[in-house]
Amino acid sequence: MTLKQKGISRRQLLAGSVAAGAAFVVGAGFVAAPTAAWAMEVSHLQPATMATLIQMARDIYPHDHVADEYYAAAVKGYDTAEAAPGIEAGIAALDAAARGKGHPSYLGTGWERDRVDILRGMEESVFFQTIRGGLVTGLYNQKAVWPLFGYEGESYSKGGYIDRGFNDINWI
Amino acid sequence: MTAPFELTDDSVVVVIGTGAGGGVLANELAQKGVSVVALEAGGRYLPEDYVNDEWESFGQLAWLDKRTTSGDWRVARDFSGLPAWIVKAVGGTTTHWAGASLRFQPHEFKTKTTYGNVQGANLLDWPIDLAEMEPWYEKAEAKLGVTRTGDRAGLPGNNNFKVLEAGAKALGYKEVHTGRMAINSADYDDRLACQQTGFCFQGCKWGAKWSAAYTDIPRGEATGNLEVRERAHVLKIEHDASGKVTGVLYADKDGNQHLQKARIVCVAGNSIESPRLLLNSASAMFPDGLANSSGQVGRNYMRHMTGSVYAVFDKPVRMWRGTTMAGIVQDEARHDPSRGFVGGYELETLALGLPFMAAFLDPGGWGREFTTALDSYENMAGMWIVGEDMPQETNRITLNHDALDQYGLPAPNVHFDDHPNDVAMRAHAYRQGIAIYEAVGATRTFPTPPYPSTHNLGTNRMSENPRDGVVNRWGQTHDIANLFVSDGSQFTTGAAENPTLTIVALAIRQADHIAGQMSQGTL
Repeated sequence: MTLKQKGISRRQLLAGSVAAGAAFVVGAGFVAAPTAAWAMEVSHLQPATMATLIQMARDIYPHDHVADEYYAAAVKGYDTAEAAPGIEAGIAALDAAARGKGHPSYLGTGWERDRVDILRGMEESVFFQTIRGGLVTGLYNQKAVWPLFGYEGESYSKGGYIDRGFNDINWI
Repeated sequence: MTAPFELTDDSVVVVIGTGAGGGVLANELAQKGVSVVALEAGGRYLPEDYVNDEWESFGQLAWLDKRTTSGDWRVARDFSGLPAWIVKAVGGTTTHWAGASLRFQPHEFKTKTTYGNVQGANLLDWPIDLAEMEPWYEKAEAKLGVTRTGDRAGLPGNNNFKVLEAGAKALGYKEVHTGRMAINSADYDDRLACQQTGFCFQGCKWGAKWSAAYTDIPRGEATGNLEVRERAHVLKIEHDASGKVTGVLYADKDGNQHLQKARIVCVAGNSIESPRLLLNSASAMFPDGLANSSGQVGRNYMRHMTGSVYAVFDKPVRMWRGTTMAGIVQDEARHDPSRGFVGGYELETLALGLPFMAAFLDPGGWGREFTTALDSYENMAGMWIVGEDMPQETNRITLNHDALDQYGLPAPNVHFDDHPNDVAMRAHAYRQGIAIYEAVGATRTFPTPPYPSTHNLGTNRMSENPRDGVVNRWGQTHDIANLFVSDGSQFTTGAAENPTLTIVALAIRQADHIAGQMSQGTL
């Protein structure tokens, strides 16, 4: 949701938050974009953990034309009492792996290739595979994401494509 | 109108499963005046119920009961609990199928004779041939309204087909067209013409694609001779001291068990469930399972040599628009050992929506190699490869006593290893598929691994000699005269073609045989 919907101004947001890596700011009970384009409340995960998880999601399935809020939506389901301990432990291991490679933290690792290198090192872990597997539906089955890939979804309600371009290719 | 039959009515034919085999058989018998109780494990969904959303539809229709996998096929790693992508619903997988309806080639009924000894392959000639099947194919094509058969026109080609066609013709392929499809190119048999909506795999909301769910099933019911019991999951087939089957035990939707008496039992639960049911029906008299004196029940599991090729172009294709399987290249379907393998394969267009493309393009894949492919989703074209795979005795359905289903019965384990012939054929098909797309400017191609099996074949195979297989030329088990197999598990070998038309033709033929034998009093 946007900050406007939450009734928080950008100034209030930035006053109550600290930077988490380049892409996020975190404050008490929330993660947001530095631009204040979106914000997400967290109840069970540490805000910094959620910020790291969102970055991890993007690094697993990076689409430069897909904004962070869709990755945030894809992993928001882990913010539950049941899932939180496992996620906190997984992200702690991720940060430890980052430190082991000389970085301050996963979010503090500047280059994608270095973060991917950290992820490759834990590719076989249950944590990584759970997050990756969940993203396959969590990210790509978001209807709001489909138009970003040109995918049109169902067409039955519009009468199919019989009169709407099923054979409109013009370059072949 | 349904015809309620008593559980104690031992004059009925019980058909287990209502897909291409069981659904057609049940209707054809009912049309001939035979009393039929069809037991279907799934629920009833009709076009108004189908959901044009890949995952939601999968949750509605897919058979998701407990199953396990083993073997070197990649499905066992990527989708270990989902060896097959088939349907649990009235009408079975005819809700999901793409509609491709091809007759076998003559030699494909005689592979042992034609291919000779292929090491590790359990090849066998069918006890029937194409000449015998031709009239039944003709009836099946009329029933399904297959395009490019009879006087039925072909479907128009969509964008995905146009890419395939141009590439294939550039390579010199000649047999390139929009397929012989059980999808109406014009209104036919009270069903609408195709509206090019896509989502053929999710159930056709127009009813333009043939499915037993809204053709054979209601027509059979309308005779008053067919009762379809949905959410009725058969657990066991029972027999008497003489070795004849007498009825089936099933669980209803609430889990309550009932025994339906029967004069004849026909098993049509697909090539995983059908052998599993025979094996789970083992008794003191038949300790290895019913109809298994040959030891072949569950063996020779075939799934077709499959794979896909997707390609990205520098301009949009929008492959998801229109018929999912919109066209075919048939030139490689011939038997030509000079290519380094026996048998042949078809190339058929295929499109997946973005959600399924993400799941199936490269299962387990991640990072930019994967995501840059999806970034070009709009510019993608796709084809599916379907070819003859080798029957192997060790590829088989067995009972997994360490994995129980919701009824406490051993789940089926599906073991599959590729035969070297399958591997060689797939490599050839990938090369040709890639070449087709490169001939029309593909900038990147993806030889995509097989999906969970949709073509499940061979596990109760037909044989002349009872030692070699489970059923005879009529699908009647060699061991038990009033027990039949009526689905693709009868297939002696798999051929290159999509199996549904042959399953339907065999079911029509089998109904004629059973009704004839019943009226003669020999069954």
